[in-house]
Amino acid sequence: MPPAATDEKKPTAETPAVPMVNVQIDGQWYQFPKGTRMIEACRQVGKDVPHYCYHPKLTSPGNCRMCLVEMGMPPRLAPGQEPEKDGEGHQPIQWIPRPAIACANTVAENMGIRTDSELTRGCRHGVMELLLINHPLDCPICDQAGECRLQEFSVEHGTGGSRFREQKVKKPKNVDIGPRIRLDDERCIMCSRCVRFTDEIADDPVLGFTERGSHTVLAVHPGHELANNYSLNTVDICPVGALTSNDFRFQMRVWFLKETKSICTDCGRGCNTLIGSREGRVYRQTPRENNDVNSAWMCDHGRLNFHYLDSELRLSAPLVKDEGVHKESTWPKAIQRAATALKAHGGSEIAVVVSSRMTNEELFMAKRLIDTLGAEHVATVPRAGEPDAYLIAADKNPNTQGARLILGLEGDLAAGLDSVRRGVADGRIKAVVTLQEDLLTPEAGFDAQTLDGLEALVVLHLLANPTAQMASVVLPGAGFAEKRGSMINVTGRLQRLNKATEPFGQSLDDWEILRDLIQAIGGGNGIYLIEDVFKQLAAGVEEFEGLTLSKIGDLGVPLIETGETVPLLERERERIAKGQIVG
Amino acid sequence: MSFTVPQELEKEIDERITHYPVSKRSAVLPILHALQHHFGYLSEEAVEWTAAKLELQPIKVLEVVTFYPGFRQEAPGKYHIRVCRTLSCAMAGSYELMEALCEKGEIDRSAVSHHHPIAVGKDGKFSIEFAECLASCGFGPVCMVNDEFHENVTPDKVEDLLSKYE
Ligand code: SF4
Ligand code: SF4
Ligand code: FES
Ligand code: FES
Repeated sequence: MPPAATDEKKPTAETPAVPMVNVQIDGQWYQFPKGTRMIEACRQVGKDVPHYCYHPKLTSPGNCRMCLVEMGMPPRLAPGQEPEKDGEGHQPIQWIPRPAIACANTVAENMGIRTDSELTRGCRHGVMELLLINHPLDCPICDQAGECRLQEFSVEHGTGGSRFREQKVKKPKNVDIGPRIRLDDERCIMCSRCVRFTDEIADDPVLGFTERGSHTVLAVHPGHELANNYSLNTVDICPVGALTSNDFRFQMRVWFLKETKSICTDCGRGCNTLIGSREGRVYRQTPRENNDVNSAWMCDHGRLNFHYLDSELRLSAPLVKDEGVHKESTWPKAIQRAATALKAHGGSEIAVVVSSRMTNEELFMAKRLIDTLGAEHVATVPRAGEPDAYLIAADKNPNTQGARLILGLEGDLAAGLDSVRRGVADGRIKAVVTLQEDLLTPEAGFDAQTLDGLEALVVLHLLANPTAQMASVVLPGAGFAEKRGSMINVTGRLQRLNKATEPFGQSLDDWEILRDLIQAIGGGNGIYLIEDVFKQLAAGVEEFEGLTLSKIGDLGVPLIETGETVPLLERERERIAKGQIVG
Repeated sequence: MSFTVPQELEKEIDERITHYPVSKRSAVLPILHALQHHFGYLSEEAVEWTAAKLELQPIKVLEVVTFYPGFRQEAPGKYHIRVCRTLSCAMAGSYELMEALCEKGEIDRSAVSHHHPIAVGKDGKFSIEFAECLASCGFGPVCMVNDEFHENVTPDKVEDLLSKYE
């Protein structure tokens, strides 16, 4: 059965059809588009070829030799000789005694590949034996253990013993090569993936191999460092424990981590991620491939911005202010207090500041709250920043598109915020509800004095920030890793967050808090599941029609047109078109 | 000590770069040779200078410098001696030759390591390092003093040899 061509690669009217070639893999015949790398052809038919240096997003230097396979071609014909063909039109294969690397060579007509022959197995034994000659026995203290290619391939393709009786070469260990990364040169297998990443993707070619020979070391130039904002991707693609993350190293064994598919909420790109958590704590985020969003990468800043989830400032219970002092309260009491305080005001006196960091579902509930209160002043806090030439979007809010659609906000968001600020300052606005926004930040631009004049200030947030300190009621909400929901990124793609951990302490999911608050103010609505919120959203907001949370899938769906492109993906497509990378 | 490449040398280097129209990165070897020839060794500044000249990151130049034992990263003496230690010469006595050269030339090799292969004598007149095959295997032990070649240098000829260099 020939492998199904993926959607993007299907020939269209503009791109001329790529001719197909017949290839025999482990005795079975298949068809592949000409130009397919042997390793990819094997992978597509379920015959994974072990490899270290090959990475589909990088050029293929063919330096590790782990992907060696036995290869054959049809016999060379004498002039005038007719090829001999079997009933299915295939010529016999003449097996070549010398193995070939599967990563950099492409398939050809009537080629044969053996991924499991004696020759192939022998090559793998040999490569493994040589790689392990100087490799230290660090596994028990190595962070990569459990997700190390060298370990895995040792088990699968190694010989189990070593014939090496000499001294191992000593190389630098625990080398500080940049603010977020540590290098262990003894563990490096010289695959050059990190070098190619920094050269080809991050445009920061600071890594290289010095002293090539038996002492080869990966190095940064003296006085330079690997410090670019994409540096931690090298840790992900390093097949061994040579590059480790300062933030994650020694924190948790990887086999204890539960991996949850989610997205980064640090900017409007929404890079797809895996959240690694254990027992209610997030330990790391790693990028998850999505060729419509972030390729296989993410920025260091977004990756590391999760420690606030269990910071000391995290709110663990609802708070109610009595005689100027915050006291822990129960949820029903706190909700009731908030409802009473807000109900005392007419819609023209109430402002709701909603965060564009909230999910669509939360925004939908926020909209309900606004409608229930009849609040006439609604604003978000825009966060305009500097985009980079890779992934980082100019919009530092992850869900501005969602906020516009669901709250029905149009035009200049900064002007909307400004009018709320003025309303508070001149006393027209007497009650403020702020949802996941600290009003006393430079972006929000409120000042403590004017907030002090309010009759009611209800804060829903994760952290005991300065605004929360001033609030009459504080409702502790959930962080991005603690919720399921959806957001729309800057290119208009609808993507899904999934819950990795439970909300901290007594905190609740934001949409549940909002539901209870709405109920306390205006009466019943029977929403019990986040799926139901989405259902109502899909019924209420045109763009979401026909969708459900599960239909969004792990890779998201395009929802609206924004005209934004992703610079990094544009370059990747060019490289694929030029045949430099597989993609 | 500041690092300045004389105008003439730079002109010569610029000319050599034109020999590599496809990628000037390829000019890294001839440039390093020219710089080492002029300065005697390749200092950190020389590496940085070369990198800037070829619009590369310095690590890409350092990769080349550290690959070839012929490139020196430390200053040699006035006369730099390279003693072949590959098989034929080793069997013919290159280690004894090394010892004799160090003794007569007053060079202390105790601090030599993989990373610092060159030892310089007290007054800076002689420096010495082991080299791999110098391509005269039938006439070991073999050594070179700067660009001059010496064959069959048994330890008893060392005094004579060194006295030729003032
Ligand atoms: S540090 Fe890791 S990625 Fe870089 S060359 Fe070594 S093994 Fe490969
Ligand atoms: S580019 Fe944006 S979304 Fe991607 S990892 Fe960085 S901050 Fe997160
Ligand atoms: S994967 Fe390294 S040589 Fe093919
Ligand atoms: S072994 Fe010394 S010159 Fe060849």
